[in-house]
Amino acid sequence: MTGIKPVTDKPKIPAIELKNVVFYYQRAGWQLSLPELSLLPGQHLFIKGASGSGKTTLLNLLAGIISPRQGDIRLNGAPFSTVSAAKRDTLRARHIGVVFQQLNLISYLSVLDNVLLSAHFAGSDKHESEQRAKVLLQSLGLEPELNHQQAAALSVGQQQRVAIARALLTRPALLIADEPTSALDADNRDSFMQILLEQANACRTTVIFVSHDPGLRRYFDMQLDMQHLAKGVQPCY
Amino acid sequence: MLLKLARQSLWNRRGTAIMTLFSLTISLVLLFGIDHLRKEARQSFTSTISGTDLIVGARSGQLNLLLYSVFRIGNATANVNWATYQRISKHPQISWTIPIALGDSHRGYRVLGTNTDYFVHYRYANEQKLQFSKGQQFNDVYETVLGAEVASKLGYKVGDEITLAHGVGAVSFSEHKDKPFTVTGILAATGTPLDQTVHVSLEGIEAIHIDWQQGAPVPGRRMSAEQAVQQDLTPKAITAFMVGLESRMATFVVQRQINEFKGEALSAILPGVALAELWQMLAMVENLLLLITLLVLIAGLVGMMTTLLASMKERQREMAVLRAVGAHPWYLFVLIQLEVLLLTAFALLAAAITLLVALWGLQDILASRYGLFININPFSLQSLYWAVAVLAVSALLACIPAFTAYKRALSDGLAIRL
Repeated sequence: MTGIKPVTDKPKIPAIELKNVVFYYQRAGWQLSLPELSLLPGQHLFIKGASGSGKTTLLNLLAGIISPRQGDIRLNGAPFSTVSAAKRDTLRARHIGVVFQQLNLISYLSVLDNVLLSAHFAGSDKHESEQRAKVLLQSLGLEPELNHQQAAALSVGQQQRVAIARALLTRPALLIADEPTSALDADNRDSFMQILLEQANACRTTVIFVSHDPGLRRYFDMQLDMQHLAKGVQPCY
Repeated sequence: MLLKLARQSLWNRRGTAIMTLFSLTISLVLLFGIDHLRKEARQSFTSTISGTDLIVGARSGQLNLLLYSVFRIGNATANVNWATYQRISKHPQISWTIPIALGDSHRGYRVLGTNTDYFVHYRYANEQKLQFSKGQQFNDVYETVLGAEVASKLGYKVGDEITLAHGVGAVSFSEHKDKPFTVTGILAATGTPLDQTVHVSLEGIEAIHIDWQQGAPVPGRRMSAEQAVQQDLTPKAITAFMVGLESRMATFVVQRQINEFKGEALSAILPGVALAELWQMLAMVENLLLLITLLVLIAGLVGMMTTLLASMKERQREMAVLRAVGAHPWYLFVLIQLEVLLLTAFALLAAAITLLVALWGLQDILASRYGLFININPFSLQSLYWAVAVLAVSALLACIPAFTAYKRALSDGLAIRL
């Protein structure tokens, strides 16, 4: 288990903070509610949930793709869910990284270009980002000669690591990982988890990790069960 | 980055992209090609005759007269008597005339009997005079001046001897073999049907037909070339004649006088008016052709949109990834638009190159087979307008797949449905 350094010596501005968040679809008789969730920089959260449990909706809320019907989400202490969709897209580019289950990469772009996508949308300096991307890829165990290969040529494990590099390139406050290990075998899964949390800690990035695999629970100090969220009231801690 | 994405995404789907490009290119080649041909044909037609105020022939419709006298298309219904021609050419308002006698040919090229006034007064395009590229005008009965194309296609040079054939078919069974003509001059290319004409003197025409009657040699009355020259070779009739007036003001007066000529039923036409009528007739066909090409182009563009729409499903992953890294739905909209514009721009470029190469290759065939003299450069300011219009229409149509991407981006979010 990786060590998590509680940040007590600094002013506690949560990386992400949800208050009384309620979301429902008009037609479905289903509702997602999350009275309170607050994660400090560097704190990681494991969300246990299978598909169909409202997981995607929660991820869309956290990533700012959709806005809650009620309640408020703040990112880095600043309003997030209440600003315009375009502003949320910009905030997502700058402060949130996303790693999907699989096929994270745009197959026809090179590995390096895939990583640099996030810098492009965040509007970071191109040269600086490229230097950082190369360092990041190497520290994730990807050989420099892979940088200019097409993403599709990589193995699944390698692709997932490139996805981490992309998600962390802009040193985001929050990294959302949606079952990123489900396509990996057991050995790869463990090394993936190690490397993900190691790199996230290096950036002081908060990780929200969604998975139905209870075996991964041990990497995290906090846990949330989708079942409780979808049902109704669920305190976090 | 946006351009890189669009470019690489297209390259990633190069199979369908190339087919789309291909179909678009074909429709654009059609559009630009037909538009060009249409303009060039008009140019080619109108530049054939210039400076001639009236054309006079046996009474017929003005189109028929124009077509056979100027374009060597079709045949005259009747002739004009030599005496009539002589009388009219002495009209005080008439400055010059050019007699024309048609009906014979040489290996598919029409033979035109005339006199040396032809080389003095005939004008084409913008009042341009005829120029000799080699040799000089004919001065004797059995001498001939060739149009530029006749000489180049058949490989004749000054001093060669040619025989004329009776009738106007490419293959003739009754030739005037006994009376060969010597080439004395070759005209410079004019880009008009003149280049495809064999010019001889009226006396020459008379001489080769002196022992003929009713379109066939009279048996037992063969006359050698030398004997023929001894005869009176004053023509009995001509096919038509062109008239230049002292003053343009007199055009309608002289036209009426000729039309009301008592001795013989004649028609005098104004070449410009007849050409206008010709174009009015062809305009409908022309517009129909243009309409069809436009529809072909629309079909090409719609095909492109269909391919794009179909690809949107397989590109959901790509769109979700872009959304995740912070792309606004509008970014995806612009991305699709850019792909469409890139494809269309490439198609325009490919069409331009194809058209240039095709025209370069087809120019000779068009000129020799159809008498169309085409400028190799098919581009004008108007083709630029066309190109912009095509880009605009494709951008407009691209809104359909682009908006689909936009809407999907909003509704699907980070969810990826496999």
